[in-house]
Amino acid sequence: MSAAPLGSTFDPHSPEALAISTLFGQTLAVCAVIGAVVAGLVATCVVRFRSGKRPEVPVQMQGNRSLEIAWTLVPLAIVVGLFVLTAGAMAASDPPATRAPDIVVVGHQWWWEARYASGAVTANEIHVPVGKDLLVRVESTDVIHDFWVPQLGRKVDAVPGHPYSISLQADAPGTYLGACAEYCGAEHAWMRIVVVAQPQADFDAWEDRQRRPAALPSPANAEATRGEAEFRAKTCITCHAIGGEGPPAQVAPDLTHLAERTTLGAGVLANDPAKLSRWLHDPQGVKPGSHMPDLHLSDREVSDLTAYLETLQ
Amino acid sequence: MSTAASPLHPAADPASDDAHGHDAVERGPFAWVATVDHKRIGILYLCTAFFFFCVGGVEALLIRLQLARPNSTLLSPDAYNQLFTMHGTTMIFLVVMPTLVGFGNYFVPLMIGARDMAFPRLNAMSYWLFPFGGFLLHFSVMAGGAPSGGWFAYTPLTETPFSSTQGTDYWVLALLVLGVGTVATAINLIATILTLRAPGLTMGRVPLFVWMTFVTSILMVLALPVLNAAVVLLLVDRQLDAHVFLASGGGNTLLWQHFFWTFGHPEVYIMALPAFGMISEIIPTFSRKPIFGYEFVAASTVAIAILSFGVWAHHMFAVGLGHSADLAFAGSSMLIAIPTGVKIFNWIGTMWGGSIRFTTAMLFATAFLIQFVVGGLSGITFAAAPIDWQVTDTYYVVAHFHYVLFGGTAFAILGGVYYWFPKMSGRLLSERLGRWNFWLMVVGFNLTFFVQHFLGILGMPRRVFTYPDLPYWGALNMASTVGAFVMGLAALVLAANIAISLRRGKVAGDNPWDAWTLEWATTSPPPHDNFHEVPPVHGRRPLWDLAHAGDAAQPTEPVAPSRPRRAEPVLDKGVVAVWSFIASEAAFFLILVIAYVFFNLSGVAGAAGPSAASVLDVPKTAVFTGCLFASSFTLWMSEKNLEREAHGAAARWLLVTVALGAVFLVGQASEYLGLFHRGVGVATNLFATTFFTLTGFHGLHVTMGLVALLIVLGRLLAGDFRHHRSSVLRAVGLYWHFVDVVWLVVFSLVYLRAAG
Repeated sequence: MSAAPLGSTFDPHSPEALAISTLFGQTLAVCAVIGAVVAGLVATCVVRFRSGKRPEVPVQMQGNRSLEIAWTLVPLAIVVGLFVLTAGAMAASDPPATRAPDIVVVGHQWWWEARYASGAVTANEIHVPVGKDLLVRVESTDVIHDFWVPQLGRKVDAVPGHPYSISLQADAPGTYLGACAEYCGAEHAWMRIVVVAQPQADFDAWEDRQRRPAALPSPANAEATRGEAEFRAKTCITCHAIGGEGPPAQVAPDLTHLAERTTLGAGVLANDPAKLSRWLHDPQGVKPGSHMPDLHLSDREVSDLTAYLETLQ
Repeated sequence: MSTAASPLHPAADPASDDAHGHDAVERGPFAWVATVDHKRIGILYLCTAFFFFCVGGVEALLIRLQLARPNSTLLSPDAYNQLFTMHGTTMIFLVVMPTLVGFGNYFVPLMIGARDMAFPRLNAMSYWLFPFGGFLLHFSVMAGGAPSGGWFAYTPLTETPFSSTQGTDYWVLALLVLGVGTVATAINLIATILTLRAPGLTMGRVPLFVWMTFVTSILMVLALPVLNAAVVLLLVDRQLDAHVFLASGGGNTLLWQHFFWTFGHPEVYIMALPAFGMISEIIPTFSRKPIFGYEFVAASTVAIAILSFGVWAHHMFAVGLGHSADLAFAGSSMLIAIPTGVKIFNWIGTMWGGSIRFTTAMLFATAFLIQFVVGGLSGITFAAAPIDWQVTDTYYVVAHFHYVLFGGTAFAILGGVYYWFPKMSGRLLSERLGRWNFWLMVVGFNLTFFVQHFLGILGMPRRVFTYPDLPYWGALNMASTVGAFVMGLAALVLAANIAISLRRGKVAGDNPWDAWTLEWATTSPPPHDNFHEVPPVHGRRPLWDLAHAGDAAQPTEPVAPSRPRRAEPVLDKGVVAVWSFIASEAAFFLILVIAYVFFNLSGVAGAAGPSAASVLDVPKTAVFTGCLFASSFTLWMSEKNLEREAHGAAARWLLVTVALGAVFLVGQASEYLGLFHRGVGVATNLFATTFFTLTGFHGLHVTMGLVALLIVLGRLLAGDFRHHRSSVLRAVGLYWHFVDVVWLVVFSLVYLRAAG
C-alpha cells in the first residue's frame, strides 16, 4: 500500500471526529501553556539559583499560604473549564443511538464482519455513502476487540455480550484506514479496517452488487470452474460463505465479493492474484495463529481457487 | 518509652521482643539468607529488583527491535505478545514496586530513629515472597509459554478458550504470592511508622518520604487485595470451569475490568507516591532550604490516595459505559490532577530562592519535574473522555505512562540511588559517570517516548507485533528504537558506576550532602542497631536544629513555642498491624461480596439452576452461625480474664472459643458435602461459584483464626503470658471478631435473603 492517507486524529473527516479534534486542540493548548510555565519556572531556578552565585545559606522559606491557595484554585478553575468543554464534546462526538443500526460490525479473531440493514454482508472493508449519518452497532463473538477509524471518530470496544452503537459519517469521498484497537490475541496487529466513502449513487451500486449472490464462473473459464468445485471439495465452504451458501453463522469472512476488496487477511496483504495465491498456499506463514488452517493445497489447486475467487466481483 | 532529656536515649521501642540483642549474629555464608535486618532486606530488594530490571529491559529492547521497521518478521506474533506481557508485569511487580519497598525498608526506620521495622521476621518473609513470585512468573516460560494476555489480562482473552497454555495461571499465582508479600510489607511499614518513631518525632515532623511511604502502604493494604480477589475469580474460571467473566456462561466480562482497575489505578499511585517522597528529600537537600509547603505536600498526598479509588473507569472510557458514567469519571480524573500539581509547585518553590548544587541526584530530580509534568499533562488529555476515545489503546497511552512511570518514578529512583548510595555503602558514586548516566538517560528516554505521542495520534494501536508501512510510522518507530538502545547504554553506565564505586568510590562519611534528616545522623553504612545515639527531635530537620542550636534568627518550624505539645497516644504495634490486616481482608471480601451481589441480588443474571433459596438450609446454618457469634463472646470473656491475670479462666474461655469455631467449620463442611451430593459444585452456575468462593474463603479465614487461637492457647498454658503479652490475645481477638463480622454480612446477604 503506497500512497496511503495520513490517518491522523487531527485530520477529521466527520462531524464527530471534528468535535474531538477541536477538544483535543483546545486541551493541548492549555497543557502547552501549563507545561511552558512549569518548564520556565524550572529553567529559571536552574539558571538563577545555582549555588555558585548564591549565599551558602539561602533564606529558609517554609511556605506561603497564599501561593498554595492560588495554585490550587487556578488549576481547579482550569479543570472546571475543561470539564465543561468535555461534556459538550461528548454529546457532539457520540450522539445517542435512537434507532436500529444501519450496519452491524462484529469483531472476530482476527477479522471484521459487516452486515448492512439492507442485507448486504461483507468483511473487513466497509463502504459508506458520503455525508450520511450511519449508526454502527459494534459487537464481538469471542474476545474484546475495538473498532477505530481515527479520521471518522471515536473508537469503541467490541465486547462480547455488550454491544454499543456509534455514529459513522464520512463527509468526503475517500479511503479511511483504521485498526482493531484492543489487544485480542495473536494477530491483533492484522485486524485492520478499511472504510471507503463513496458518493450515494456509487454506494448504492456497490450495495446492490454486495446483495446479489455470486455468479458461477463462465464455463469458458476452466480454471475458475474447477476452482469453484474445489472450493466445496476442499471444505472451504464450511467456513466461508459465498452467495448465501455456507455456514449459518459467520465463522470466517464472507467471500461473495472478495475480488473487489483492497486487502486480504484484514490488511496483512494487498489483494492481487499473486498475493491471494500466496495466502492460499501458506496462510499460517502469512498470518501465523489465524484460524485458517493450512490445507496443503497443491499448486494446481491454488491456481484454480485463485482463478475462481478472482471472479467473485 | 522514655522521653529523656539527654541525647543519649536509645533508639525507640526498648520493649521489642525480637532477636536484636546479639551483635555477632549476621555473619557467615547464610547471613544474607537468614537476615531480619531491615537494611540488608532493603538491599536484597534493590539487588533483586535490579536483576529483574535487566530482564524487563532486555524484553523492552527485543520489543523495540521488532518494531523498528514496518512488516517485521523478526519475532513471531506469539513471542512478541509474551514479551510485552512479561515486560509490563515484570517492570511493575518485580522492579518498580520492590525498588520502592526496598528503599522504604532501608530508610523508614532510619528516618524515624528506630532500630528496625516493627516486625523484622515478617519483613524477611515479605522479601522472600518476592523472588519466589518472580520465579513462578518466569517458570511459565518452561511450562508451555509465558502469559500473553497483556499485563492487565482482560477477559475473555485470558479465559481458557482463548489462552489455553498455563502462562496465565502462573501469572495469577505469581501475583497472589507477590500481593501477599506486598500487603505484609505495607502492614509492617504502617505499624513501624505509627509506633516506632523517636520521641519528639510527631507525624507532623517526619520526613516526607516517610509520609509518602505511609500513605502508599495504606493504598497497598486496600488495593492489592482487590487484585488478589479478582485473580482468584479468574483462576476459578480457568481451573474449575466457572464463568464469572465469560458472557457465554452468564458471566460478565466487564466485571474483570472494573475489579482490575479498582486495583490498577491506586496501583499507579503506589508506584508514584514513594518516588514523590524521594524527590521531596532530594530537592530540599540540594537547594539548601526546607521543603516548601510541607503540610500541603502531605495533605495533597492524602487527597490523591482518597481520590485514586474514584477514578478507575477512566481506563474504560472506550468500553461504552454510557455518558453519565464517562462524565463522572472524567470529572474525578481531572480533579486528581490538582493535588499533584500542588506538589509540583511546592517542589519548584523549594528550588526557588535556593542555592542549588546540581549533583547527579539533583539532575535526576530536576529532569523528573519536567518529565513527570509532561506525563501528567498527557494524562489530563485522557481525562477528557472524547480525547480518550481517540487515543486510548494507542502509542499515545504508551507514551503517557512511560513519561510518568519512567520519566517520573524511575528518574526519581535514580536520584534516590545517587542520593542514598553513600549512606548504604559508605562510598559516593562517581559524579563523572553519574553525569554520563544522566545525560544518556535523558536523551534516550525522551527520544524513545516523545515520538510515541505522534504515533498514537497517527493511528498506531498498542500491543501490535508489527504495523503497515504508513507515512512516518517507520521513521518514528526507528527513532524510538534508537532511543531505547541509548537508554540501555545509560543503564550499563549505572551498573558500571555502582560496581566501580563500591570498591573505589570516595569515602562518604556520615553526611556527605550536609542533609538534615535522621538517616544522616549515623555512620555510612549504619551499625546493626542503626544509631549509637538518636539526636533530639524538635522539628522537621533535627540535624539543622543541632547545627543551629543557638541560632534564634532561623526558626525550626512555624509553631509558637508556648503551645503545649500533646502527648502522643501509645499505640501497640500488634493492634495496629491487626487493624491494617483487617482492612486488607475487608477489601478482599468486599470484591467477593460484590461478585455475589452482582450475580444473585441485582437481577442482572438469569435465574437458571440452583439458587440460594432452592438449595440452602437456612435454619441449620443459623445454628452454626449462632455458635460462631457465641465464640466472639467467649473470646471477649477470655480477654477480660487475661487482663485480670486469671490465666486459668482465660484458657478455659479460649478453649470454648476454639470448640465453637470448630463446630462452625464442621457445620460448613457438612453443608458443602450436602451440596456436592445434590450436584451443586463450584461450576454449576454463577450462584454456586460466587457462593462457594465467598463462603469458602470465609471458612479458610475461620480455619486460620482457629490456628492462631490454638497457638495463643498453647502459649497461655505454657505460662508465656505472665509478662504483659495480653496485647497478643487482643490482636488475635480483633481478627476473630472481624471474621465474625464478615460472616454476619455473608449470612444476611446469602442466607437471610434466600429465606425472605
